[in-house]
Amino acid sequence: MNARILKLDEYLVDEEPFYQATSDEIAIFEAAYVNGLPLLLKGPTGCGKTRFMEYMAWRLKRPLITVSCHDDLTASDLVGRYLVKGGETVWVDGPLTQAVRSGGICYLDEIVEARKDTMVVIHPLADDRRVLPIEKLGSMIEATPEFCLTISYNPGYQSVLKDLKQSTRQRFVALEFDYPGVGLETAIVSRESGIDSETAAKLIKFAGMTRNLKGSGLEEGASTRLLVHAGKLIVSGITPVSACRGAIAQALTDDPDMLAAVNELSSSIF
Amino acid sequence: MCVRIPAGSRCNTMHDALSLKDRLDQILEVEYTFRSTATPVAAIGELPLAERRYAIDWVERVASTNIELGYQYACRVSEALAGMDQHQVEAWALHAMDTYDREGLRPALEVIRRLDRFARERHERASGCVLEEKRGILHGFLQGLSGRRLKLEESDQIYTDTETLYLPPVLARLPDENDNFILYKVMMVTLWAQIRYGTFRCPLTEILAKQPDPERFLHLFQALEALRLEALIERELPGLHREMERIRGLPGEAEPAGEWHALRRRLARPGTRVTEAVRLAEEQQQRLEPGQPPPWQGVLQPELVEACMAARLEREKAKFRVTLKLLEDEHEPGRPPGEREKAGGSRFSKRELPAPELPEGMRTEILLDGKPMPLPEEVKGLISSIIVDLGEIPDAYLEPAGPGAYDPALFQDEVTDPDDVWSGVYHEEGAHLYREWDYRRQHYRKNWCAVREKSVTPVYDGFVEETLERYVGLVKHLRRIFEAMRDENRLLKRQNHGDNVDLDALVEALADARDGREMSERLFTRMHRTERNIAVIFMVDMSGSTKGWINDAERESLVLLCESLETLGDRYAIYGFSSITRKRCELYHIKHFDEPYAAEVKARISGIRPHDYTRMGFAIRHLTRVLSEVDARTRVLITLSDGKPDDYDSYRGDYGIEDTRRALIEARREGVHPYCITIDEQARDYLPRLYGPAAYTVIDDVRILPLKVSDIYRRLTT
Ligand SMILES: Nc1ncnc2c1ncn2[C@@H]1O[C@H](COP(=O)(O)OP(=O)(O)O)[C@@H](O)[C@H]1O
Ligand SMILES: [Mg+2]
Repeated sequence: MNARILKLDEYLVDEEPFYQATSDEIAIFEAAYVNGLPLLLKGPTGCGKTRFMEYMAWRLKRPLITVSCHDDLTASDLVGRYLVKGGETVWVDGPLTQAVRSGGICYLDEIVEARKDTMVVIHPLADDRRVLPIEKLGSMIEATPEFCLTISYNPGYQSVLKDLKQSTRQRFVALEFDYPGVGLETAIVSRESGIDSETAAKLIKFAGMTRNLKGSGLEEGASTRLLVHAGKLIVSGITPVSACRGAIAQALTDDPDMLAAVNELSSSIF
Repeated sequence: MCVRIPAGSRCNTMHDALSLKDRLDQILEVEYTFRSTATPVAAIGELPLAERRYAIDWVERVASTNIELGYQYACRVSEALAGMDQHQVEAWALHAMDTYDREGLRPALEVIRRLDRFARERHERASGCVLEEKRGILHGFLQGLSGRRLKLEESDQIYTDTETLYLPPVLARLPDENDNFILYKVMMVTLWAQIRYGTFRCPLTEILAKQPDPERFLHLFQALEALRLEALIERELPGLHREMERIRGLPGEAEPAGEWHALRRRLARPGTRVTEAVRLAEEQQQRLEPGQPPPWQGVLQPELVEACMAARLEREKAKFRVTLKLLEDEHEPGRPPGEREKAGGSRFSKRELPAPELPEGMRTEILLDGKPMPLPEEVKGLISSIIVDLGEIPDAYLEPAGPGAYDPALFQDEVTDPDDVWSGVYHEEGAHLYREWDYRRQHYRKNWCAVREKSVTPVYDGFVEETLERYVGLVKHLRRIFEAMRDENRLLKRQNHGDNVDLDALVEALADARDGREMSERLFTRMHRTERNIAVIFMVDMSGSTKGWINDAERESLVLLCESLETLGDRYAIYGFSSITRKRCELYHIKHFDEPYAAEVKARISGIRPHDYTRMGFAIRHLTRVLSEVDARTRVLITLSDGKPDDYDSYRGDYGIEDTRRALIEARREGVHPYCITIDEQARDYLPRLYGPAAYTVIDDVRILPLKVSDIYRRLTT
């Protein structure tokens, strides 16, 4: 029945990813992992959640299977489905099933974006049953002890639709992510992009300004990711003001006044 | 009574047919006012034909606002046309009308009388930078700077009271428009720097009182303090500082004299405080001249600042301590208060962490029982405002304030009960202001409607239950209809993967395979679930004309509607609207989007009562704003009404209809789909113009309302 043999190695993280811890998140993750508890990473986009998962997968030597959720993602996309190949029906495991079978770490990024029926398959995995029901096969698979379910969620979007239900939330050990402090963030940005720490510090000052604008014109301030992008442009010879304009301001808003305001802020810093 | 010619007949032949005098007599209602139109007739008569028509058209528009204003305008319009182009003359008329709307007849007449002044300012506006036009950018820029949230207002003087920055409405000091914009930025940043870097952390009025020549001292102090702040700006915002340096040297600005250089260097040393500027000013006041100020320099207003600060310090201390109390209760609801007191001292403490990027050099964390506590955004704002004033959170602030320690009026800055506004003198506090379209003027009246949100007073009388009982059959029927809509999903055929086998495709594929052809792999059917993502607001007419059976029917139909919508699971909100004059436009909240359809909402539906008149534009504009703030793919605004727009103060006939039409156009532009369901038999005369032929329904039995709503939904989702 298992037509496709999972190539575990593909999902192993071979080299140590650079991850700058900001608090005790590594210890908590490890403790949750050994106890078979699922995790919820909360926090705004671009503050290191994905990188953290890569790092933990490397540390724990488990394959990492990441799914970015979107509004067309259904339960079958996660669990698996029958396909017809050369006149035969073949069952193909979805990523979640692959992770459950192989004892990998499954990371469902931005879980609230997915369709509601996906929660139905996640819930039995996230409590102490640790099983995955596969309706199509009429079977349940029990997760191996190595399997780990992690989901992420951005509480910043103030919308009822995009809220995580209590019944889901309460099954997970939550880790809160936020922008690292000025010192750490400077270190991360200069290491990731290769710019000198003085320019990195200015980028972080600029990010602070955009974060002040959260709720008064911007939905979200500049994330660490955007700073890394701007830093890379600067290393390639783009002027800092243009880099901020292209890699940060345009990513934050389309509103012409806000764009102009954000650009005025960056040009006053550099 | 009014003999004004209806708008539709304002056609060209009209002017030719009637003599100029007759026309002006008619517009200016000479029959009733006994004005003499001799002067305007003579002046306008001089103009070439095309300009004459233009002038008369505008006299009519201005007179539609006020006859006297129209008359004065008529007397001067030809003079204006001689000195300005038509576009500017138009702006002049609009400015006069806006002034009339805002301040009344006398100031508006003043605008007409001071034509020369308008022309001059107009010229400045053309070459200069206008605050109103750049407000969005400047305000955004200001919010990005750290510290207290500051407001931006217009004033002829440049200064701050530590909460608001006052800037001139137009800047034309520099020859280039963009440089004038930069000048605005620099003015803003220098005022911000005064607040952020502690210019007001010294008792200025007290110091001034001790000086032999307070005015001279103040000027000198300001110049010295500006040097200190500039050095800080140079470090913090080097890019902006370069722009300052560039515009400083522009025409008319002399280079500072030599002895200032030494002072500048002294004041630029890191860590220099305002007291150093005070000391130097005291030391130098007999010898040193303040010199030519840079173009961005404003004035210091020590009294205003100190009054504003004193009020704020008291208010924020109270607010902070009361908030701590709330946080404490939230974190430990179970613990009896007595036990807490026994433990002695506050459970709150602070921790200061080094933060070299901030002017204070540290960041303050608030700890509860020694553990850092996550703080809500507004508390963070409060903390940074306090630190801007005092440099730290004083220990006395960490004592939570028990009940009754402060008068709540001290820290509640908003009027909570909209009715209070009416008990005193009229003012617009707490109201949303919306514009309104005046079709005769062919322009908006700015900030015209004062709109307030209130709530319908709930009435717990079992109305909903009774209604449900009365219409058991109908309710069942409706539920079935809406349930069917919920499950309206499309079956996709010939899919690569899916939930079921597509038999037709399979038979074909098997036949192909038998014939030796390649077999298709697209053999499945799949249900495509259209995940519904609609937000609807029902805007319910609560005007006086609904009194009696219409009100009953409205309430009943809302009950049926809610029952139906609950099956569907879509988000919906209900607001009533009513008005009496533009100053009292009211939206009655019945159900917010996030509110469950439960006892209180039901009681509010029961409590819907007829009020006053039917002004519609404001309600559409306000609810469009509410809709645009929800996250939904499809936004719908459904109006339930019993008749035309109509209000006490001239919101009748064409005026009301044209404003409503405008508001609907604005709503569509915002991506809102407006519909109207009405029981007005005459509605067919005006509704097509308002909503378009497909977007309204006239019904004779309000109980079929839910069916109409289901039609609308279906049209939107397929
Ligand atoms: N703590 C961190 N350590 C190392 N890199 C980080 C850290 N936080 C953010 N980054 C950088 O920011 C980028 C975006 O982070 P990512 O993990 O993709 O964000 P998220 O998953 O939260 O949206 C990363 O690629 C990395 O360059
Ligand atoms: Mg990510």
